[in-house]
Amino acid sequence: MTTHPREPLTRRVRWRNRAVAVTGLVTVWVLLWGTFTWANVIGGLVVAAVLLVVFPLPPVTFAGRIRPVPLLRFLVRFLWDLVVASAQVAWLAVRFGHTPRGAIIAVPLRVNTDLNLTLTAEALSLVPGSLILEADRATGTLYVHVIGVRTLDEVERFRRGVRELEERIVAAVGSAEELGRFHQPDPTGAEPVDLEGAPT
Amino acid sequence: MTLDAVLDTAAGVCLVAGALLSLAAGVALIRFPDVLSRMHAAAKPQVLGLLLVLLGCALRLRSGVDVTTLVLVGMFQLATAPVAAHMVGRAAYPHDDIRRDLLLTDELAGDLDRIRADREAPAARAS
Repeated sequence: MTTHPREPLTRRVRWRNRAVAVTGLVTVWVLLWGTFTWANVIGGLVVAAVLLVVFPLPPVTFAGRIRPVPLLRFLVRFLWDLVVASAQVAWLAVRFGHTPRGAIIAVPLRVNTDLNLTLTAEALSLVPGSLILEADRATGTLYVHVIGVRTLDEVERFRRGVRELEERIVAAVGSAEELGRFHQPDPTGAEPVDLEGAPT
Repeated sequence: MTLDAVLDTAAGVCLVAGALLSLAAGVALIRFPDVLSRMHAAAKPQVLGLLLVLLGCALRLRSGVDVTTLVLVGMFQLATAPVAAHMVGRAAYPHDDIRRDLLLTDELAGDLDRIRADREAPAARAS
């Protein structure tokens, strides 16, 4: 998979990013105070403005749009996965006479943007038996440590699980162009596993 | 049973479940064989345990000011725990603390040098 160049953001996109950041920061500020008053909102705006001037955010390309239904599907599945993962690790912990085995696998993502890489890595760290060791931004590859696998078949099944997770995230917040990438084989064809990413 | 009693019971269930999960995370930290498996314990049952405790507190306190703070705690936990686990994993990876005999496959070993070199010279790649 080749890197697509991260071209500098346009003025409009930069302003939109700043607006999103200010909204988020003001929300956190109001939540911290716990009550919604105009004094809190104005205080939050001042703090947000100072923060953004002192600590400018790295540029994030967000080409997509938020789709409520896939987003909901992702969130429900994420919570379910979190419960399953916790139960699994807790079970491994209290089981006697058993040493859990692991594996380290490389999973190239099909949509190589910073946002997708971050979201997938975050979600992946919290769902069953996986932990990010390295993220390669140049090729958009995540290196994942898997726990509780016994055979190479299970490792492959896990790899497909990661790709399905990525697909759910892109379906929730990605652009149509990114979404379309899931329904065609990888142009480079470097990774045969790419073809197995079954559309849901 | 009044609504208050129902909410209090639910809060109690959440608190106990959360505490048990945190206990399991603690047990896992001691019993797991190497640093990578231990990070699993720190990243998952602990996060869900904390979320359940927060939910229990929210059900018990039932006042807006407290609940918003609890929501923030949960949000930041979800956002930061994976990053912390990633940082520890990355620092631990090439060292001897990792039980390689327990790994079925290791696809990072071959690429590690390239990735680290890329990170050392980001300017060369970005241009």
